[in-house]
Amino acid sequence: MTTGRAGAVLDRLGRVGQFLWSGWAGLAGLALFAALWQAGHERYGDFILPAPLATLAAGLTIAADPAAWELAGQTTLRAVEGFALAALAGAAGGLAAGYSPATMRLVRPILTVLLGVPPIAWIVLAMIWFGSTDGTIITTVLVAATPVVFVGVAEGAVTRDRGLDDMARAFGAGPLARLTTLGLRHVAAFLFPALTVALGSAFKVAVMAELLANTGGIGGALAAARSNLDVAEALAWVLIAVTGLIVVEYTLVHPIRSEFERWRDAARPWGVKR
Amino acid sequence: MTLETTGATPSLTLTGIGHAYLGRTVLDAVDLSLAAGEVAALVGPSGCGKSTLAHIAAGVVEPSRGRVARRYRRHGMVFQDPRLLPWATARANIAYPLRLLGLPRRERRERAEEAARRVALDRADLDKYPIELSGGMRQRAAIARALAIDPDFVYFDEPFTALDVALKRRMQDLVIEAARGARFGALFITHDLMEAVRIAHRVVVMDAQGRGIAGTRAVPGEPGGRDDGTVYRLVAGFLSDDPLFRHIHDIDERRVP
Repeated sequence: MTTGRAGAVLDRLGRVGQFLWSGWAGLAGLALFAALWQAGHERYGDFILPAPLATLAAGLTIAADPAAWELAGQTTLRAVEGFALAALAGAAGGLAAGYSPATMRLVRPILTVLLGVPPIAWIVLAMIWFGSTDGTIITTVLVAATPVVFVGVAEGAVTRDRGLDDMARAFGAGPLARLTTLGLRHVAAFLFPALTVALGSAFKVAVMAELLANTGGIGGALAAARSNLDVAEALAWVLIAVTGLIVVEYTLVHPIRSEFERWRDAARPWGVKR
Repeated sequence: MTLETTGATPSLTLTGIGHAYLGRTVLDAVDLSLAAGEVAALVGPSGCGKSTLAHIAAGVVEPSRGRVARRYRRHGMVFQDPRLLPWATARANIAYPLRLLGLPRRERRERAEEAARRVALDRADLDKYPIELSGGMRQRAAIARALAIDPDFVYFDEPFTALDVALKRRMQDLVIEAARGARFGALFITHDLMEAVRIAHRVVVMDAQGRGIAGTRAVPGEPGGRDDGTVYRLVAGFLSDDPLFRHIHDIDERRVP
């Protein structure tokens, strides 16, 4: 089986290389965005829209400051805590709803209500409940991100292939074996895109909640930049938040997802993958 | 459940099976018994409930009424569509029931490869995903999956309906060969009388309304031992002279009670 193993290693290296190579397309997209930004800067001037390079320089100055790292770390920790809670709650609830139509019927109106309340209202409520603490941010993130995960997982559980379930039953699989070998594997394909979206909104909502609740972190720094009318610094903080998100998404979420979606790639002709 | 291997003991006995979907009776008072090692073809017009009966016998569907007594060791099943896990390679798909049995990885691999060899599935294709395989190869993998657990009974639920004539023939030969080699009994659901006569020891005709078994006819000779001429003559004889087969080609997908 040595050839098989060598082949598997080569296959994996090939896929890693392909993933890295696909980064060029992403870079091209970012470069296009920077060009539009530069055009906007040249049209509206330094005060309204600082140049991308000036923003980058401001960002680098911030990045050189250990205190700034602490702020970014604070935000990241809050966002990730809220995200983890939302992922757990959403996945468990979604699975329950997907497998039990009664639960689905009960939960759907609750979900509509939760989604109908604007996040800003949640921040106000959470501030009253928790004051200016981590609890405010985490609660807001939890409320904002849970429905996304819930809907994704429930959708996955509902669309599971019942033919496969029957097949497994014919071969003597009990409910637990069917859940672990078929259900969860199918749901995973829906869970990862939902997690990507949830993670993004977790960061965004965390920054927003920090800004409004004045609890430090990147949001607090943005509030300070606003009161100083320092547009370059505000943009630099945005840049830092976005960079953090991109790093997490492309080093964690995408590799795991592509691992789950390998079989889909197999059907595509060479050259149009990804 | 006792393990008896004498030819006289039936391997599968269905007693008074009845089933209803949403209040509509699809099966009623079906009695059927298969001898050990016997391959029975269950035929009947489309929509008469033969698939439901096979699903009940295999334990996929709980019957509303009646009893299923299985006196074989272990069964496999082949469905009309291959029902392969899209995210797993052909090898992992064939090994799936072995995984359910909790066998160690190495043994699963070996037995899956052995089963693939029996259905002439190319070794190079075992690392492919179902989406990369042709329809015939997918169905081969599904048959290999049923054979991998070394069953002494196999349910076939119209397994070759979607395949073209030449491929169908090869698959039938494959099943005849496998049944002879491994000596398993089988319940083979089909609406193709030619297929039934080629493959089975006995043809069982289901009532057009699903109310019991209309009758059974033993097929002379052994499966695999009948040449094409014999098969044609038998089928023609059944269709022209035997009142049992009069409604066999009635097509009524949504019959009204």
